[in-house]
Amino acid sequence: MSGSALSARGVNKSFGSLVVAADVNIDLPPGVRYALIGPNGAGKTTLINLMTGMLRPDSGRIVLGDEDITALPPEERVRRGLVRTYQINSLFPHLSALESVTLAVCERRRVAPTWWRPLTAYRYEIEEAHAILVRLALGPVCHRRTRELAYGQQRLLEIALALASKPKVLLLDEPAASVPREESRELFEAIAGLSRDITVLFIEHDMELVFRFASRIIVLVGGSVLMEGTPAEIAADARVRAVYLGEAHRVAVHG
Amino acid sequence: MTSETLAAAASAAPAGPNEFLRAQARWRWSEIAFWLATLLPFVLTPDYLILASQVAITALFALSLDLILGFSGIVSLGHAAYFGVGAYTAGLISVWGWGEPLTGLLAAGLAAGIVGYITSFVIARFRHLALIMITLGFCLLLQEAANDANWLTGGFNGLQGIQTWKLLGIFDFDLYGYTAYAYALAGLFVIFLVARRIIHSPFGLALRGIRENSARMPAIGAPILSHIRTIYTIAAIIAGIAGAMLTQTTETASLESLGFQRSADVLVMLIVGGTGRLYGGLIGAAVYMVARDQFSGLNPQFWYFWIGLLLIAIVMFLPNGILGGLELLARRLKVWP
Amino acid sequence: MLPALGVLFDGAAYGMLLFLMSVGLSVTLGMMNFVNLAHCSFAMLGGYVTVTLMNALGWPFLATLPAAFVAGAAASIVLERIFFRRFYNSNELNQCLLTIGIVFMSIATAAYIYGTDQQPMQLPSYLQGSFTVAGIDLAVYRLFLIVVAALITAVLMLTLESTRFGAQVRAAVNNQRMARGLGIDVDRLFAVTFALGGGLAGLGGGLALPMLGLDPSFALTYLIYVLIVVSVGGLGSIAGSFVAAMLLGVADMAGKYYVPALGSVLIYLVMLVMIMWRPTGLFGRR
Repeated sequence: MSGSALSARGVNKSFGSLVVAADVNIDLPPGVRYALIGPNGAGKTTLINLMTGMLRPDSGRIVLGDEDITALPPEERVRRGLVRTYQINSLFPHLSALESVTLAVCERRRVAPTWWRPLTAYRYEIEEAHAILVRLALGPVCHRRTRELAYGQQRLLEIALALASKPKVLLLDEPAASVPREESRELFEAIAGLSRDITVLFIEHDMELVFRFASRIIVLVGGSVLMEGTPAEIAADARVRAVYLGEAHRVAVHG
Repeated sequence: MTSETLAAAASAAPAGPNEFLRAQARWRWSEIAFWLATLLPFVLTPDYLILASQVAITALFALSLDLILGFSGIVSLGHAAYFGVGAYTAGLISVWGWGEPLTGLLAAGLAAGIVGYITSFVIARFRHLALIMITLGFCLLLQEAANDANWLTGGFNGLQGIQTWKLLGIFDFDLYGYTAYAYALAGLFVIFLVARRIIHSPFGLALRGIRENSARMPAIGAPILSHIRTIYTIAAIIAGIAGAMLTQTTETASLESLGFQRSADVLVMLIVGGTGRLYGGLIGAAVYMVARDQFSGLNPQFWYFWIGLLLIAIVMFLPNGILGGLELLARRLKVWP
Repeated sequence: MLPALGVLFDGAAYGMLLFLMSVGLSVTLGMMNFVNLAHCSFAMLGGYVTVTLMNALGWPFLATLPAAFVAGAAASIVLERIFFRRFYNSNELNQCLLTIGIVFMSIATAAYIYGTDQQPMQLPSYLQGSFTVAGIDLAVYRLFLIVVAALITAVLMLTLESTRFGAQVRAAVNNQRMARGLGIDVDRLFAVTFALGGGLAGLGGGLALPMLGLDPSFALTYLIYVLIVVSVGGLGSIAGSFVAAMLLGVADMAGKYYVPALGSVLIYLVMLVMIMWRPTGLFGRR
């Protein structure tokens, strides 16, 4: 279907007898906010890996906009606007936040290979990196090394790195994972503040985030899509409750 | 000298982003003092200028290894292969009748660069133990091949008949060593400036990104294989130039210039000095070679006993080498140049 | 045809030696991902123990072999407890440097105590000489080597496949975290495996005396061959080490016999091609 920002069509992947993706079909219209939920081990991160090219599907296609990207290596998909963040921080420990984001901007603008000009000559890239960090409330700490940042700030830096690649489609892998309550406000604001030009799919266990931001929820269980629907439909569905929301929902109802 | 420590200092007094980055690339007084100090041997120890030239050459070689190991995280146990290619290229050109040093340097750099470029296609694809074995294997292969091809290399006895012409037509490479040291030091300084420029360029930032987290690099759109090939080729060229300088100043080229021993020695020097700091290789080379000269009366076995002990001590207590230790000290004493 | 069989026989004997010296490193590398470049120092230690016991104390050759095993095992345990265990989670470079440091010190110590000459040793008369079978000269000692090593290999394989200890080793090599999760005391397991590997290396060093000689550079010279066996055979695989050691032994002998001018070039070339083709080794995982 043209008009979709990103779609996975008939994607299958197994490791020996372990099936991690079974005939997965996902379609993301441009500009939406969809959530991907499912129990642990359902294959959510694996699906992200398949979409971004870290894993090759056994069969099926990944289509970004009009282009079939199934055969492209990860950096080429990023170049075309498909960007992800990581569930467990994958940052540059000894680089400052500013340097990390500047690096991402430089790579995007293809100026990274220039070894004969000083970095400080690239004012545009540095200013853009700084602006991204300021927008995510990381301005005051942008000079600090990544490893010295608080955990919540590091999660924000994950998003900053992704934004530096000017994504058209952004895959957020559990952005709020392990972030303490006090630090999650900026995170929520950052996600809310994402431009409507960007199509967002986020994996989350935090139901507050899911119900607040997602217009549609996809439920993944055992490598295949169980169902897809609006938050209300998902919350009401008995199968979903049984598999995933079940216990928590019952506890909430009976206090 | 390094972004880490500068970041610590700068975070106390926040500046604009561009100013912050520029502050890291600024020349510090300790660096200027260092380069002025390299001129001292002319005045203080004129009897040791030949040794000084050897130190400068080895320092250049260590610098080339730092670019791939310290800044990019590529562990190579066989970097001497490119040093040897450069050494033998310069030697062969001289034996075949052309002993002009500067063009010999260019030719050696080119030859080593070509070999480096070709091997970089393989090197870039591997990590961990496979990479260590491949770099080691290639070095050993080259050493064996050079030994077997004694019609070309002179085999065990080395190349005979090398004669280096006067530098710029004026300065003779004599036993006093003035020309040798000036030549080696100038080469070291010029190439150091190039290396420094690389480190503070966007490419240098990309290299550090590769070292810090190579898995994340493709996810920000980085062509990691291409980056690695580039720096590996540059490092090979520099190593080749260093090898050529050795041949030209000593008028010999032998198998030990491309063997495992030389690869291991330069690795030790870089570790002792401190990786990823540009000056680590220089300081490590100076310390190592001066010490070896002082203890040259000793049985080589005993030398390696102490080197072994030093390696263990460094890995266990001072993993960032001498420069790392100095940085810690400077931070403790709140003195920062 | 006949010289080829002789080369095969000698190559097999050499391969068996390489296997004994390598198998310990392969398993510990596969289990703990610890690059122990000092592994051949244990072999060298075993060799020197054998020589000292024979020449200085008059022990019979066969009696020195268990002592060589014990020496290798003891040295392994000591080094593992004091140094290596701190670096299990460190990067490869640090592990290489630490263990290279130990190699340097071991070489220097051996040179200090024994000098740099080849150690002389005299095989007992019943292991000397050779006999001819179908036109091929078979050295008695090499036959002895093959038999002993084959026995040890069989015991190793049996232990691995049929005992609880072997199952634990296989589990830890396959997935360390999971093994811990199952309650296996991986640290103790590793210490025992390390000791076993070091002991086998020591035994290999003792057995290698008549065939490979012994001087202080042994620890480095044969380290390269051991590393080739381990990388080509696959980390953590006993079968892989065996196959790779045999291939290397035969290839080296064949190379020296048929194309001596090429020397070790052939070996390194084959190694490079193998690692590029299969970076984790023939039998390695992933």
